Amino acid sequence: MKHSAIKAAKSIWNSFPLIIGTVLLVSLFSTIIPKNFILLVFKNNFILDPLIGGFFGSVFAGNPLVSYIFAGELLKQGISLIAITAFIVSWVTVGIIQIPAEAAILGKKFTLMRNITAFVFAIIVATITILILNII
Amino acid sequence: MKFKQKIKKIPNPWKFLTATIAIYILILFFSPEIFFNSLNFSKKIFVKIAPIFIVVFVLMALSNYFITPKVIIRHLKGKGIKKWFFIITGGILSSGPIYMWYPLLGDLKKKGLSNGLIACFLYNRAIKIPLLPIAIAYFGLKYIIILTFTMVAFSIIQGILINKLMEIKN
Repeated sequence: MKHSAIKAAKSIWNSFPLIIGTVLLVSLFSTIIPKNFILLVFKNNFILDPLIGGFFGSVFAGNPLVSYIFAGELLKQGISLIAITAFIVSWVTVGIIQIPAEAAILGKKFTLMRNITAFVFAIIVATITILILNII
Repeated sequence: MKFKQKIKKIPNPWKFLTATIAIYILILFFSPEIFFNSLNFSKKIFVKIAPIFIVVFVLMALSNYFITPKVIIRHLKGKGIKKWFFIITGGILSSGPIYMWYPLLGDLKKKGLSNGLIACFLYNRAIKIPLLPIAIAYFGLKYIIILTFTMVAFSIIQGILINKLMEIKN
């Protein structure tokens, strides 16, 4: 158990520079960029918002913890929850940066298909989640 | 040359933090108001998320202790629906960076694990139980429950779809 605790502590410690850096950047982003600009990009469009969110989530990658903090703060800035959801889901399910490693071990065809379907599903999952959330 | 090598040795997360701090220092010179406002904003976020890290640490330690690649391999020997159930559970409970799991999945593929099950495992890695406290703090319990169930359902759909697509291509 001690070994597991040390591993967990190391894992959190390794994430710290990313978390601190993300929080600092998000704060700067929130201070500099006016809400009007964000609302100009994300117009609460049920089709475009998840597409944009999914795209950014696919390009960025890394610890899901960072995506929660980043997305959570962006949500407060007025970005729609559907865009945020697509962003969070594609952040971990689509791995553009990891494609070479994944393709080398699991095959090119598999990697390509998995990442394309994961991107499409990130948008569908976001849409369904928000629809259910609105109904319940 | 030595300086370049030293820079290369610094892990990327630390490079990222250093670059962010450098941006802040620049801003301090050009606009102290933006600098202090951003710093205050950051302080508020840190105060909010700091206590949650204790819960994250405990859950991570428990997950590291109970869930190992050996445990997951043992349970993948099931058949039919049972196999899907274990692959979903394995994906959710697996920890560490994704590239750490590629060799194991590659090996399991050679031993007959279908492409669909591998895709399903990778999709479920998006759900991280130790990180749920942070996610709930930001988005609420109801949203996280709905999102989690939707993602699990779609991981199965993706698995089936990948199996079909790989058959067509082959």
